[in-house]
Amino acid sequence: MPFIPHTDDEVEAMLGAIGATKIDDLFDEIPRELLIKDLDGVPDALNEMEVSRLMRARAARDRGARCFIGAGAYEHHIPAAVWDIATRGEFYSAYTPYQAEASQGTLQTIYEYQSMITSLTGLDVSNASLYDGASGLAEAALMAVRANRKSKSRRILLAAGVNQLYQKVATAIAGSQGLTFERLPLDVDSGASNLDELHNQDDPPVAVVVQQPSFLGVYEDVDALTDWAHANSALVIAVVNPTSLAVLKPPGKWGETGADIACGEGQALGVPLSSGGPYFGIMTCKQGIVRQMPGRIVGRTTDLDGNPGFTLTLQAREQHIRRSKATSNICTNQGLMVTAATIYLSLLGPEGLRRVALVSQQQTAQLLEILASIDGVERAFAAPHFHEAVIRLDRPVGPVLEHLAANDILGGFDLSKSYPELGNALLICATETKTEEDLEAYATALRDAMSATA
Amino acid sequence: MTELPGDLEYTEEHEWLRKEEDGTVTIGITDHAQNALGDLVYVELPEIGQEVESGGEMAVVESVKAASDVYAPVSGEVVAVNEELADDPEKINADPYGDGWIVRVKPSDDGDTMSPDEYQDFLDQLED
Repeated sequence: MPFIPHTDDEVEAMLGAIGATKIDDLFDEIPRELLIKDLDGVPDALNEMEVSRLMRARAARDRGARCFIGAGAYEHHIPAAVWDIATRGEFYSAYTPYQAEASQGTLQTIYEYQSMITSLTGLDVSNASLYDGASGLAEAALMAVRANRKSKSRRILLAAGVNQLYQKVATAIAGSQGLTFERLPLDVDSGASNLDELHNQDDPPVAVVVQQPSFLGVYEDVDALTDWAHANSALVIAVVNPTSLAVLKPPGKWGETGADIACGEGQALGVPLSSGGPYFGIMTCKQGIVRQMPGRIVGRTTDLDGNPGFTLTLQAREQHIRRSKATSNICTNQGLMVTAATIYLSLLGPEGLRRVALVSQQQTAQLLEILASIDGVERAFAAPHFHEAVIRLDRPVGPVLEHLAANDILGGFDLSKSYPELGNALLICATETKTEEDLEAYATALRDAMSATA
Repeated sequence: MTELPGDLEYTEEHEWLRKEEDGTVTIGITDHAQNALGDLVYVELPEIGQEVESGGEMAVVESVKAASDVYAPVSGEVVAVNEELADDPEKINADPYGDGWIVRVKPSDDGDTMSPDEYQDFLDQLED
């Protein structure tokens, strides 16, 4: 049964009232040559039983292996209460509030979420979330162009350690609006951006993007990059991992005046890996550019009787009011994921999140030490790292990872395609979910793999 | 009944302009416009030095219920903007023809404007 409540008679009456004969007439302003007749890539429909079976089979492929892959999505312990509460009927809608003010509980949850994310990032205003970290960067880049009207540039300069997948997504979304994305070169010794290249930037970019910790797990000189950007009239976009902000300097404190916009993947806050999604994007900014921020924002106010209440605010930027002149086509948020994140952060508190960050960092440091003692394995950078680090092998990474996977170890992210200058490099990650035994199991499997692929 | 000072010119987009002695033109929105928008909460101003084109978007006035473009009634270069609107956009509601001015332009054409009487007729037609 299709979920369309109108009968054929009702549809006909409505079409008649506006002078159309069939529903397709409503789309006749779309040029015929742009209409797609068939969706070749979409398989035939499945019924509920078939879909359940398919999804169970796919989910089973995730189980059993010990995961040491980070690279943008992180396995953390999620207290059982998080999803018990998040899936209560009152919260269990992945959708954004439409009849907003009638949903005070939903609005309050989002308001609490926004408060937590502004506190973590050290910036003034948070939106109600975006789709994910990658599209968050695309939106941040578009926002920076709108906010930095003095700059005539459409070029976004990325630090070397910005997730390359994010760059691809941002190019796909913002490229058609004339934005271009360029990268600073990597300093292969330190793993951070080569800042000497900043002297060769004759034409300043409209914005500089800095990911901290970098995709390679090391720390960029965020103060120097922020101050350079501001001295050259460019805005600063921080790409952050919210877990790390329990221990690192927040973007709002970078350099002399702080980053202007922060965005990032929120998945680490109580959302399971789930084969890649759904996740959610975080975004915060300074007060002065809030009208350029995409998405929904919940504010706290008082009603006519003087009682506290919550409401969507700054809606005049959004497309249901400004139509084609809206700040962004984003008119939604990841409601369910944000609910889980808010519960997760509430249960852990600042000290709990700090411990997650510190223990994850220590586990990765220990894993790095154990693995680097294996013949043919070395640590790629001497610099400090967060909960990811790079090891270099004396042979191609792919076959070694395959061997590890056969032993139920997901050994890391193969960097040889995205960072060929690093050679046979592998990005590894161990969070608080890994025990001493897990680390030893990885080391044992890697020793086997190295002798098997020798 | 809205207030219509006799020394100003008006447009169909509900802007007013005053020709200053130094040859520049001061531009704002009319009493009718501020009344229709309601309490203003934000004004997005152009940059000084920016070139505007007659009929093109020049500024944005945002109320609690809508954000509307302010169109340039003449072509020219923006020589001043009312910075005070950044902190106090309600000046437009309180005094649309005085403290609520929005931009000053050095015009390069005359634009297409109406006299107060013509604008009054135009408003009367809208109400019919």
